Amino acid sequence: MTEISKFIVGFLVLQGAFLSLAAAIGVLRLPDPYTRNHAASKSATLGVLSLLLGVFLYFWLLKGEINSKIILGIIFVFITSPVAGHLIMRAAYNIGIPLWKHSVQDDLKEKKRKESRE
Amino acid sequence: MAIQILLNFLIACIWMFLQSDTSTAAFLTGYFLGLLIIFAMRRAFSRRYYVYNIFAAFSLLAIFIKELLLANLSVLKVVLAPKIKASPGIFAYETNLEKPWEITVLSNLITLTPGTLVVEVSDDNKILYIHAMDMDDADKAREDIRNSFEKAIMEVSR
Repeated sequence: MTEISKFIVGFLVLQGAFLSLAAAIGVLRLPDPYTRNHAASKSATLGVLSLLLGVFLYFWLLKGEINSKIILGIIFVFITSPVAGHLIMRAAYNIGIPLWKHSVQDDLKEKKRKESRE
Repeated sequence: MAIQILLNFLIACIWMFLQSDTSTAAFLTGYFLGLLIIFAMRRAFSRRYYVYNIFAAFSLLAIFIKELLLANLSVLKVVLAPKIKASPGIFAYETNLEKPWEITVLSNLITLTPGTLVVEVSDDNKILYIHAMDMDDADKAREDIRNSFEKAIMEVSR
């Protein structure tokens, strides 16, 4: 039992670290703020979630104490990080940062143009 | 829905007083009896039996987690590929949802879906502008949003 829980905890923590690393690589490699935001808001969310879950399970299964603050932390990150991603995206668009040159479509531009004409 | 839950709590409390026993077990027994009573009286309420809504909320949570995992896989694929090949773009998506909280949940879901991120919600809450990592997949994403997410959210608020 301890061995299995050790394995699960180790897997979760490593997965979280790996996903956070992938998010960092994504932020470095992707071409424009919008695509970078994709990597940051998704991989970092799941990375932090699995790290926290691993820590929770470690204290629960191996030390025998339930730390409910970690559960609350998981819920908060789960709720707030997509909103943060959305707000950064929106702010970037509204101050006029251009999309990547290979972008194929921009429906929002039409709407903005219409609004500024009115 | 909230009124049914409150009523169920009330029935559980009345059960505890009838037993003059304030243990958790008595509360749970009373709650279970309340579930039966409310099920028997379900035609007296304007909304449907609230257990369905709770199941719908759990299935929405399951969709959330599944999409989060899939999204991370697809981001990993793009990020770790030797050459970045993506054709990003912003597409408009018309939603049928009306209440503000439904639209908030929908945008959170979209943000955690593979390859999509909400950029802006129009002022009349009708159109979501979504940034997609790959516009080739955008039609599929649109179908997914329409068929699975919107339906699941409507199921919760019905």
